[in-house]
Formats: sequence, C-alpha cells, structure tokens
Amino acid sequence: MLEYIFFSTINSLLYGMLLFMLSSGLTLIFSMMGILNFAHASFFMLGAYFAYQISQFVGFWPGLVIAPLLVGVLGALVERYGLRSVHKHGHVAELLFTVGLAYLIEEIVMLIWGRNAVPYQIPNILDFALVNILGTDLSAYRVFMLVVSIGMFIFLFLVLTRSRIGLIIQAALTHPDGVSTLGHNVPGVFMLVFGGGSALAGLAGVIGGNYLITEPSMAAHLGPIVFVVIVVGGMGSLTGAFIASLLLGAIQTFAVGVQVSLSDLLALFGLTPEPSGLLKDFLRIQISHTGPILPYLFMVLMLIFRPKGLMGKRET
Amino acid sequence: MLEIKDLHAFYGRSHILQGVDIHIDKGQIVSLLGRNGVGRSTTCKAVMGLVPARGSIRYQGEEIVGLKPHLVARKGIGFVPEDRWIFPGLTVLQNLQLGLKSRKQKGRWEIKDVFTMFPNLKIRRDVQGGLISGGEKQMLTICRTLMGDPDFIMIDEPTEGLAPMLVEQLAGLIKEIAQRGVSVLLVEQKLSIALKISSRLYIMGHGRIVFEGTPEDLKTNQTVRKEWLEV
Ligand SMILES: Nc1ncnc2c1ncn2[C@@H]1O[C@H](COP(=O)(O)OP(=O)(O)OP(=O)(O)O)[C@@H](O)[C@H]1O
Ligand SMILES: [Mg+2]
Repeated sequence: MLEYIFFSTINSLLYGMLLFMLSSGLTLIFSMMGILNFAHASFFMLGAYFAYQISQFVGFWPGLVIAPLLVGVLGALVERYGLRSVHKHGHVAELLFTVGLAYLIEEIVMLIWGRNAVPYQIPNILDFALVNILGTDLSAYRVFMLVVSIGMFIFLFLVLTRSRIGLIIQAALTHPDGVSTLGHNVPGVFMLVFGGGSALAGLAGVIGGNYLITEPSMAAHLGPIVFVVIVVGGMGSLTGAFIASLLLGAIQTFAVGVQVSLSDLLALFGLTPEPSGLLKDFLRIQISHTGPILPYLFMVLMLIFRPKGLMGKRET
Repeated sequence: MLEIKDLHAFYGRSHILQGVDIHIDKGQIVSLLGRNGVGRSTTCKAVMGLVPARGSIRYQGEEIVGLKPHLVARKGIGFVPEDRWIFPGLTVLQNLQLGLKSRKQKGRWEIKDVFTMFPNLKIRRDVQGGLISGGEKQMLTICRTLMGDPDFIMIDEPTEGLAPMLVEQLAGLIKEIAQRGVSVLLVEQKLSIALKISSRLYIMGHGRIVFEGTPEDLKTNQTVRKEWLEV
C-alpha cells in the first residue's frame, strides 16, 4: 500500500509536470492573444519526432536542446506568418486556423515518419533503476524527467517575475495597448510568447515521447486533456494551470489503481441493490476504468459550477 | 510640433472622426474639450496608432499616420489613457519601470522625481498596481508615461473622479511638464483646470472641431459654451 502511494505520487507528479509544460504555454497564449491554440499539442508531438530524428544522427542529448528550439522557431514562424494575418478576420478564423494546422501537422508527420510509432527510446545512460524503494524499482529516466520539468518550471517562474521581458509579458496579459503605447513591441512579444510556448510543448515532447509512445496520434490524445487543464485552472492563470496540472495528474494516476466499483462503495454502506440490465453494468464499472473520462467529467462540472475555473479572472 | 489635418477615424462602419484639425507648438499646453462621446479619446488613439485613421498627422515634420503604437511612442509621443491601464499584477515600482523604453533610458524624469512629487507612491512602491486608490492610479499612469521621456504627451481626462485637492496638484504637475519643454494635449470634459493652464483650447462636437481659441476667447463666448460644453 505504501509502495502504491509512493509510486503513484511520483507518477502523478511526473504526469502533472508534463501537463504543466503544455498548459503553461497554452494559457499564456490564450490570455495574451485570445487564441485557443488547438495545434498546441501538435508542437508537443513535433518535439518528440524531432528529438527522435536528431537522436538517430547525434544521440539523445543534443536533441534535448535542439528539438525544443526548432519547435520554438516553428511556432514563432506560425505566429508571424500565419496567425498574424488571420488575426484581422477575428477569433473564429484564428481558431479554425489552429484546428487546420493540427490536422496538417498530423498528416505531415505521417507522411514523413509513417503511420506507426517510431522507436524513440530513452537514452541508454538513463536506462537503469536508480533506486529500489519498497521492492519496486524507480527508473533513472523518471527522475530525470522530473528534474527537467521542475527545472523548467523554476526557469519559467524566474523569467516571468524577475526579467524585464517577463514583466512586459505580464503587463501585456491585461493591457496590451497600454504596453505598446509605452514603446514596447507588442507584436514581437506575441511572437516570442507563441514561440516560447511552442518550445515548452516541444520540450515536453522530447522528454515525454520516449517515455510514452511517439506516434501520429499522440497529439490528438493529449490535446483535449491540456484544454481540460486550462479550463479547470482558469483561462489565463499560470498558477491555476499549475494546480490543475498536478490535480489532473493525480486524479488520473490514482484512479488507475483503485479497483473499486460503485456497487462496492454502496456495499460499504450496507446497500446491495440487485439491479438488472444497464444499471447493473453501470454499477460494476471499476473506478480504475474511469481514469480516461474523469478529466472531462471534471471539466464539464467545472464549466457548470465555476466557469472561470479555479484561479481564472475572466468569466468566459 | 504636432499638426493634425483632416483626420478621419472609424470604428467598424461608424465614422467617428470626420476631419479633425489640431496643431500644438513646442512647450504649449493645449486643451481638447467636449461632451461625452464626441471623439476626443478617439483622436488621441488615432495619433497613437491604436485605431486606424486617414488624413495627416505630422510630428516634428514627419508623417506618422498609420504607424504602429510602439513606433509612435518611440518617436517621443506619450499617451495617458482615460482608463489608466495600470498593470494590476505588477507593483507600483514595476509599473513605473515599464514606462522606460529601455532599462537604461535617461530622460527628464526619474523614479526618484516621481517619489518626491507623490510620496504616496513611494510608500506604496511594492504594492500591486491593482490595489492602490483611484487617485494614486491616475498619478501613477501619468508618471509611468513620463518615465519614457516624451516630447509631446496626451493626457486623457485626468481629473475624472479626483478629489479637488488632487486636481490642484495635477494642474501643478501639468504646468511642470510644460516647463520642462514637453508639449501637452489635455483632454477634458469640463472647463475645470483647462481654462487656467492652457494657452489654447479646442472644443470638439460630433467628430470635428467646433471652436478654437484662447481661454479669454472662450470666457467671453457664452454661445459656444452653452452649445458644446454645458449639459
Ligand atoms: N471600441 C469602440 N467600438 C465602437 N465604437 C466606439 C468604440 N470606442 C468608442 N466608440 C464610439 O466612438 C465615439 C467617440 O468615442 P470617444 O471615446 O472618442 O469619445 P470621448 O469624446 O472620448 O468621450 P468619453 O471619453 O466621455 O466617452 C462614441 O460615440 C463611442 O460610442
Ligand atoms: Mg474619452
């Protein structure tokens, strides 16, 4: 039991930090430009594929740096030459643009790397059990992922709160016109934030792609969850995104291990209904099987009862 | 210094500015008056490049109409919006620092000048901008724009909602700004401080200028005041 709790905590923390790497960029982009970027998880996927390709030539470590940078530059180009011209046609056009971009990236990935998963593997040097805790191995790579994601979190925090460009970004979240009339290049800041957010998503892909599976559907799998994170956390709130990422990481990880069904729960209270048909099936569903739907359930409830999210500032 | 000729601006289909002419000389305080919704703020925003405009805006001999806001600002034009646009999550000091166009900018105004003029802002320097009082916000937004060392500044409805004592202090600050060689366009709704400190005044009605003259001219012209200012 102790071991289950320990490893689930590590796993949920890992998953949560990966989610945060994706959602932090998405929520910054949203609050600054009002764009719900449906292609955000595609940059995550590109990070994994780029890292795989680079690792074929020069190994994992250069890829760890180069792949996110490439994805960041690509993101900046998408903002500069795509979104900026679509912008004058309104938010619906921007949204459709990002949806189209997500499909485009998926198709291109399939054209280049095929429909099946590519063998993007964790580097040999990290492929060992770091420690054995309570009878189970803790792999070095998981610890490495945790270190990278926490390091990135600290870096992002310092940039946003201590550097001048971070202050300009924070200011542009609420009053972009105010920032530009003070002489700061707001379109340039937008491009930087879009590129930076994409690079973060790319980094998540680099360190997550070999831990998970690098395949063309990985963006479509993760994309919706990231949206759940920013809705639950509150659109535009980094703190909210952080809390929601950890929360959803925990919900999904812990739910998997709970071999309890609704009827078991009812039995705890001395209730043993004898239903038939659909209801019987419903009561026999184990919580561990509901893992995948819990985030969405959470999001729907959130939208009904607290539409601005945990920490959100705006109502819509 | 600044010469606006036949300026037109639109919000979607509505034709807000319909040929505005204004000129301001160096070191002058010029006021732009008028009732609610006549287009005074839109005039400022058109100069800043915040709303699309047609016509001519010459600043120090150079045509700037259609320029992006940050480039207009870098030419030396400052804008103090009526909504103040204080960055709520940043401290008072950080708000002021963002007024500098670059970290090392040196100009007529320094942060310590601001703190001597407004000791309240000094006391609250580490308080978040969203948490200070309305009067403090007004002073902060003006000072923030001054940090960027403009040669020409547009101040939109600064006296709105201020206590009478603060209004006096503000009039003093605006005179001080002009004394340091900065031209001022003061946008106001009522005559308030405008009569006392401006060298010339414009009155706007329905998207165009309907009166231009000195404070003396306006004092004696009761018809204009009745028709375009009083409610
Ligand atoms: N964003 C906008 N979209 C559409 N119309 C606008 C917008 N902003 C202002 N207007 C309209 O333009 C006209 C001029 O507005 P402006 O803000 O310039 O007025 P003003 O003279 O500054 O008055 P006040 O500040 O008292 O409202 C008004 O009729 C207003 O309704
Ligand atoms: Mg106005």
